[in-house]
Amino acid sequence: MAALQTENLVRRYGALLVTDNVSLDIRSGELHALIGPNGAGKTTLINQLSGELRSNAGRIHFDGQEITSAPVHQRARSGLLRSYQITSIFEEFTVLENAALAAVGTSLNAWRFWRPMLDDSRARAAAEEAVEVAGLTAFAETVAGELAYGQRRQLELAMTLAAKPKFLLLDEPMAGMSAKESAAVTELLRGLKRRYTILLVEHDMDAVFALADRISVLVYGRVIFTGTADEIRAHPEVRAVYLGEETD
Amino acid sequence: MSLTLLVAQLLNGLQYGVLLFLLAAGLTLVFGVMSFVNLAHGSLYMIGAYAGALAYGASGSFAVGILAAMAAALAIGLVLEVTIVSRLYRRDHLDHVLATFGLVMFFNELVRILWGPQPIFVQVPDVLSGTVDLFGFTYSSYRFAIIAVGLVVAVGSRLLIHKTRIGMLIRAGAQNPQLVSALGVNIGLLNALLFGVGAMLAGVAGAMAGPVLSVQSGMGEPVLITTLVVIVIGGIGSVSGAFYAALIVGVVDTLGRVFLPLILRQLTERSIADAAGPALASMSVYVLMAAVLALRPQGLFPARRG
Amino acid sequence: MKTSSAFRPSTWIPLLLLGLLAIVPTVASGFDQPYWTAFFARILIYAVAASALNLALGYGGLVSFGHALFLGIGAYAVGLCAFHGIGSGWLHLLVAVAAAAAAALVIGAISLRTSGMAFIMITLAFAQMGYFLLVSLKHYGGDDGLSVGSTSRFGPFDLGSTSAVYYAAWLVLVAILWSMARVRVAPFGMALRGARQNVKRVDAIGLQAHHVRLVAFVLSGMACAVAGVLLANLNAFVSPSTLAWTVSGELIVMVVLGGIGTVFGPFLGALLFFVLEEVLKGFTEHWMAVFGPVVVLVALFGRRGIAGWLEALNRKRPSPGPPDIVAPGRA
Repeated sequence: MAALQTENLVRRYGALLVTDNVSLDIRSGELHALIGPNGAGKTTLINQLSGELRSNAGRIHFDGQEITSAPVHQRARSGLLRSYQITSIFEEFTVLENAALAAVGTSLNAWRFWRPMLDDSRARAAAEEAVEVAGLTAFAETVAGELAYGQRRQLELAMTLAAKPKFLLLDEPMAGMSAKESAAVTELLRGLKRRYTILLVEHDMDAVFALADRISVLVYGRVIFTGTADEIRAHPEVRAVYLGEETD
Repeated sequence: MSLTLLVAQLLNGLQYGVLLFLLAAGLTLVFGVMSFVNLAHGSLYMIGAYAGALAYGASGSFAVGILAAMAAALAIGLVLEVTIVSRLYRRDHLDHVLATFGLVMFFNELVRILWGPQPIFVQVPDVLSGTVDLFGFTYSSYRFAIIAVGLVVAVGSRLLIHKTRIGMLIRAGAQNPQLVSALGVNIGLLNALLFGVGAMLAGVAGAMAGPVLSVQSGMGEPVLITTLVVIVIGGIGSVSGAFYAALIVGVVDTLGRVFLPLILRQLTERSIADAAGPALASMSVYVLMAAVLALRPQGLFPARRG
Repeated sequence: MKTSSAFRPSTWIPLLLLGLLAIVPTVASGFDQPYWTAFFARILIYAVAASALNLALGYGGLVSFGHALFLGIGAYAVGLCAFHGIGSGWLHLLVAVAAAAAAALVIGAISLRTSGMAFIMITLAFAQMGYFLLVSLKHYGGDDGLSVGSTSRFGPFDLGSTSAVYYAAWLVLVAILWSMARVRVAPFGMALRGARQNVKRVDAIGLQAHHVRLVAFVLSGMACAVAGVLLANLNAFVSPSTLAWTVSGELIVMVVLGGIGTVFGPFLGALLFFVLEEVLKGFTEHWMAVFGPVVVLVALFGRRGIAGWLEALNRKRPSPGPPDIVAPGRA
């Protein structure tokens, strides 16, 4: 069964087609990787799926509902959560507060004026769990602005998890990380696999091949191939346009 | 209501609009290019008015008054830019508001200390004290001169912005400030230049307004706030937007004050009309602004597109 | 951030000041100095208004340069009701809060379509519109203002005397400070403060930043109107000068001077503002020529305000952990 489906999705900037009739079909429970050279339009596509960018044509279905023109917050509340390539956290809040606010977004709402957020057992439990999964428990009380780069990336992930998502849109969760940190996040994602449906945009090919059930290759806004890791490795066109660039 | 009255009021509106444009041109560029909120622009206008009035009074020449106003506003504008404003460009807008609000307090009080709280009245220069005959209408030569100067500045700034290298940088800066500094342009110098020219135009406006309005402490703020309305309507950072919006606001405000009470008198009882007319007229430009924003939040002629 | 206990200087010093203010009318009558009560009543009322502004400005990052409008709406609610022979304080309050809510809803809905600079200018312009509207209403005194013939009566409690207004203002201030402390860490306050730091993320986690901000703006306007009701009773007079644009600026100065985004900052800022004004007035009638540059210096260097300075004192106390790095005051 499809968790997220796009039909001929299009995004234009003037005459430039950044997303060119993309039709994706992401199955419930799979970890689907989206790879492609720089400028292929991966983040644009993620922004269209999350609702931050309007699509010029085409349709998006999520969990049996059409969400093509649904606003960002509504998609998030229906369980479609994203992380950002460029870390996007609340710098003045502690790690736990960051995660708890993300939990409030989907499990409660903002219209609670009196009871402290962290006194809400549901939000707190979701936040603590997400912080633990992301490996930040020791830093729960640290102000996010004081975290090291790798920890900020972990918090980015923790916020997405705290929202109790059904579907994760992860935009380069390992961007800028050291090899050691990347390996840790790869393990983390392996643990998340099957619990959530995941669309993973990533440049780290080792991670992609280790994790992905299926991989789609995006080149100049078009999906040129979708298949398993082995099929991708064997595919001549993919090797030429993508892996060729990646290995030199 | 006669046609003569209508034409005279249209010209008055135009004259007011032109003054607003002189203030708005510099301010909108400072907003657009440096992203700086300058509430002290009204103080520069006041400084121009005082410098103009005093130099004109001492020399007897209105031209000397205008030159003195330009020089004083330019000099003080540059001093402010170097000492205070340039330190705040990278800060958030709240700091801009706070600092320039402090400057407004300071300059208004300084003027009160130096020249007292009572207004100074400035004579219209002899050459321009007559009237002009235009297709059978007579109209004050001085007000005509204001309109003429305003139009010259408008044409001049258009040429400067569209035909010169500095103008190209200004336009680029209004659309993408990072790009300009990436081009290796001395952005500090460009900023200071823009701020100074804006201050100078405000000074000219102040000096020219002297004989029409009264010159006194605090004179800058009402006109500044109307100028902000002009900038919001025209689109932040857009000089041509500021020009059209200034004329629209000037005409709407002037005609509203004269004709709204008259029109209301035809529609309702005199007592209600007399109460509601001025109230509605004083709100007209703000209602106009609200309507524009509700339909086009980025203003009528935005500088940034896309 | 969490140091040992609640007995931190940034908490107990403002609370102590608040406690001391409770006895001002008693002390003032003891020394036969009724002026003291009126002076401090004004501080309490502006502290309420500044705290209300802090919800939008400090928590929400919405630089409203038009909050004097809401203060004026509150004041004129009393003035106009009294003019038409309505003496009930409950009605005064209802009219004030309802009118402010309506105005804030319209202004907020329009100005929140823009951001940054345009927001500042639009809020300023709307407040100016209110100012000129009242100036032009000659029936209600226009420029000259309007005496409040009958002050607000809440059953047996009449805001007719300075000390009555004083105690009412003190209670309102305590209530608003308490509310601000609660809201700050409640989901609404966190979402609002989150939207100031990173508006995109607030939407991405399923909260509507726009709605949160609009509600904050409306609540802020309503609370400011309550300060206006108190002010009209204190002066027994209302005039358009309550809505002057400079008042909006002064409210911002109080918030920043005291410590933007903190619970007690606006209260401390209002206190320092009026005390400084009083002291400077003792030296020169041209106190603004000194105060203006002080404001410029605050903008240039003192951005964390008194509350920020008190928080620095928190850290100087012997604490087991490593010293905190000073968190960024604002984004």
